[in-house]
Amino acid sequence: MNRDARVSSFPGAEPERYELASPPTHRFQPCRREFLKLAGGGIAVACVLKDLGAAQESGGGRRGFGETLPQEVSAWLHIGEDGVVTVYTGKVEVGQNTRTALTQAVAEELRVPPDSIRMIMGDTDLTPFDMGTFGSRSTPVMSPQLRRAAAATREMLIDLAADNWKIKRAGLVAIEGKITDPLTRRTAAYAELVKGQKLAKAIPAEIPLTPASEWKVMGKPQPKVEGRDFVTGRHRYVSDLKVPGMLYGKVLRPNAFGATLVSLDASEAKGMPGVTVVEDGDFVGVAAPTPEAATSALAALRAEWKSSPQPSGRELFDDLKRNTAEEAGWEGRADHAVGSMDKGRAEAKHKLQATYTVAYIAHAPLEPRAAVAEWKDGKLAVWISTQRPFGVRTELAQVFRLPEDQVRVQVPDAGGAYGGKHTGEAAVEAARLARAAGRPVKLQWTREEEFAWAYFRPAGVIDVGGWLREDGTITAWEFHNYNSGASAIGTPYDIPNQHIQFHPARSPLRQGSYRALAATANHFARESHMDDLAQLMKMDPLEFRLKNLKDARLRAVFEAAAQKFGWAGRRKSSKGQGFGIAGGIEKGGCVASCAEVSVDGGTGSVRIVRVVTAFDCGAVVNPEQLRNQIEGANVMGIGGALFEAIEFDNGCILNGRFSRYRLPRFSDVPSIEVVLVDRKDQTSAGAGETPMVGLAPAVGNAIFDASGARLRSLPMAPKGIKV
Amino acid sequence: MTRVTQLQVNGTTYRVDVDAETSLLSVLRHHLDRTGAKYGCGEGQCGACTVLIDGLPRRSCITQVGAVGAKHIVTIEGLSPNGGLHPLQRAFLDVDALQCGYCTSGMILTAAALLETNPDPTEQEIAHFMEGNICRCGTYLRIIIAIRQAAKMLKEVRS
Repeated sequence: MNRDARVSSFPGAEPERYELASPPTHRFQPCRREFLKLAGGGIAVACVLKDLGAAQESGGGRRGFGETLPQEVSAWLHIGEDGVVTVYTGKVEVGQNTRTALTQAVAEELRVPPDSIRMIMGDTDLTPFDMGTFGSRSTPVMSPQLRRAAAATREMLIDLAADNWKIKRAGLVAIEGKITDPLTRRTAAYAELVKGQKLAKAIPAEIPLTPASEWKVMGKPQPKVEGRDFVTGRHRYVSDLKVPGMLYGKVLRPNAFGATLVSLDASEAKGMPGVTVVEDGDFVGVAAPTPEAATSALAALRAEWKSSPQPSGRELFDDLKRNTAEEAGWEGRADHAVGSMDKGRAEAKHKLQATYTVAYIAHAPLEPRAAVAEWKDGKLAVWISTQRPFGVRTELAQVFRLPEDQVRVQVPDAGGAYGGKHTGEAAVEAARLARAAGRPVKLQWTREEEFAWAYFRPAGVIDVGGWLREDGTITAWEFHNYNSGASAIGTPYDIPNQHIQFHPARSPLRQGSYRALAATANHFARESHMDDLAQLMKMDPLEFRLKNLKDARLRAVFEAAAQKFGWAGRRKSSKGQGFGIAGGIEKGGCVASCAEVSVDGGTGSVRIVRVVTAFDCGAVVNPEQLRNQIEGANVMGIGGALFEAIEFDNGCILNGRFSRYRLPRFSDVPSIEVVLVDRKDQTSAGAGETPMVGLAPAVGNAIFDASGARLRSLPMAPKGIKV
Repeated sequence: MTRVTQLQVNGTTYRVDVDAETSLLSVLRHHLDRTGAKYGCGEGQCGACTVLIDGLPRRSCITQVGAVGAKHIVTIEGLSPNGGLHPLQRAFLDVDALQCGYCTSGMILTAAALLETNPDPTEQEIAHFMEGNICRCGTYLRIIIAIRQAAKMLKEVRS
């Protein structure tokens, strides 16, 4: 509690700085009639949010101007007369398996088998408003809301059974989709009970939930819902969809970022059969009956672009520090100070300052951006791979000057996102082409387009300083992050005097959210520096951390990781072998990772041999999928730690394809052991992001242990290290 | 330009009419609506588009349909023709060897080709053979376990 309060109240630690760039504008009000029309007969329960925090998550908080906060619906649950349970949530599935986790949540409280639940996700016509699937919020925020709806529904079913049987409700139990009276052994299936009902109810947020210690479906491994469709090729991602009469779209990209169109000769393309060419401002695109025809038409366009000189990646870090911006589209500087830095410095015997940098990296979801757009009677329907269906609806409504209820956005389960699919470019482009062609249009970005025209994880520079007493107590801590972001910028260590600041800057490249946001960069700088301080004091890196750390949960994961790894008894058995440890707190979870690396004395190539990650995200919802997320986060983290970096020059990406941008592959993957610290007494936190933040510093610390080289730039070893 | 008019996919002969230079991936996905093979990079680097051509794993995004001729193509939809699951598909589900699933069909078909030539591969052999397939979600370790498990299942079926 203490920990949560400290971290979340930290002024620079608003978790989603880069994700709140475009505020939602939608107003949703629960309407019983609409709801039942949609759901048919049976009983329906809507989650109504009363607390502001949750309402903000669902978009209610942005209201204001003295307007009273109306009740907001965040999710719906319906049991039909056929007994089918349908859940409606604006969250989307992108591989993090939230479809499965939310199904478990409903199954748990409703007391039905998970396979009796149908989950409608990310459909702006069917599901209530949701700000988006990001920030590890589905588990801590959406899951409890669905559980409340399910619990309320269960209680309504008990009431119905008691009414039917004309007995008191006390003693009746819900189990396996039935209400049972243990005394008479009488049972009634939910389907039976809801027959002829037309009940809609909005529930307050205070319904009690089943405690984790009594969970029967949550807390247990549950295979991926609809997993069979993914291994048989049946699942249709957006790029797999076909709409009758559909054309294929392509967009002509300029020769540099920000370029403007000087002239266009489209005569040849326009002469091709079935081809529509659209020129609208600086937008140029084609729609054609086959993908090949679209490619040919695109190649036949003769365009002249005008661009202005732009910075190169070589001067990036100087540029970022030079070009700090008070506003820069974000929320200004974050500044956090406690105690007195002068006092802390005066008390110190030793000091160490260093500068760290992190490169821009690409999300590179294996499924590039794709959308299908169809206009019908002035209404626009779009299928798109995005994390923000409602945000994309707003984007489309604004671009095409439509009321939002004339735009429908649907998100089939997507092929990866990692924070990289918050925007709706492909939908806007497909809709523009479809409007001109008078036919539906599918548009899938090429890999090169995805690299160049999406957005990147922000690059950054981090200046860090630590001051110590002779006994290894840290007396003062200074931390300045330029551009990369404020997530996890605060230190979890107990340091009486701190000055921590985030400095927004004008980024030369388009940047945005990324799995774990700046928590990776800030942990890399902080935990590398902690290691350096330990070296300075000739202390064991773990002992040094624990000496300066009170937080019980973080201490526990450090100790759990160290124990599994054999930290205390570690011994180098070969040249080039090294061991490192790192950890921290982010998004309500505590993580610690130990790494073993091997540095080749000849080539300087770095191989990660073994990783142990201990993770505490409160009560574990699905241990097997959680392990899967932790393993995957570590693997993804390897890329940013060792070799991923975007190279750019004068408005162009230089390495924007898989043959030039190295992603982690089979041979890069170490042995990964996961320790789940299951805290049934704590609320569940999201787990898709935080497990990755310890990897880079643990590996960096292990490289230092192996070679004596302190690497302060991510990626650390794109071409090996100097030995 | 040369046209291709026939294609053998999953045991069925399909009539098509496409330019011989068209990529096999495009023909499968857009002309035959077999969308199990995915576009990932267009340059044969990620393996999401993998199909089997006469039993060999091939990158359909850089394979011209004219080069396929009368060879037999197997896509993920045809790996287990009778509607059941191939041991690899079962094993991928059993050990949760997927997250977003976009790489999965390519992974499974590549692994199927491996098990044809090497029915009992070691972890190192699997990693080496599968190196050309990218899983951005990072489920590599689970994929290795799944392939080992499928190898065991296949061995039991055969003996």
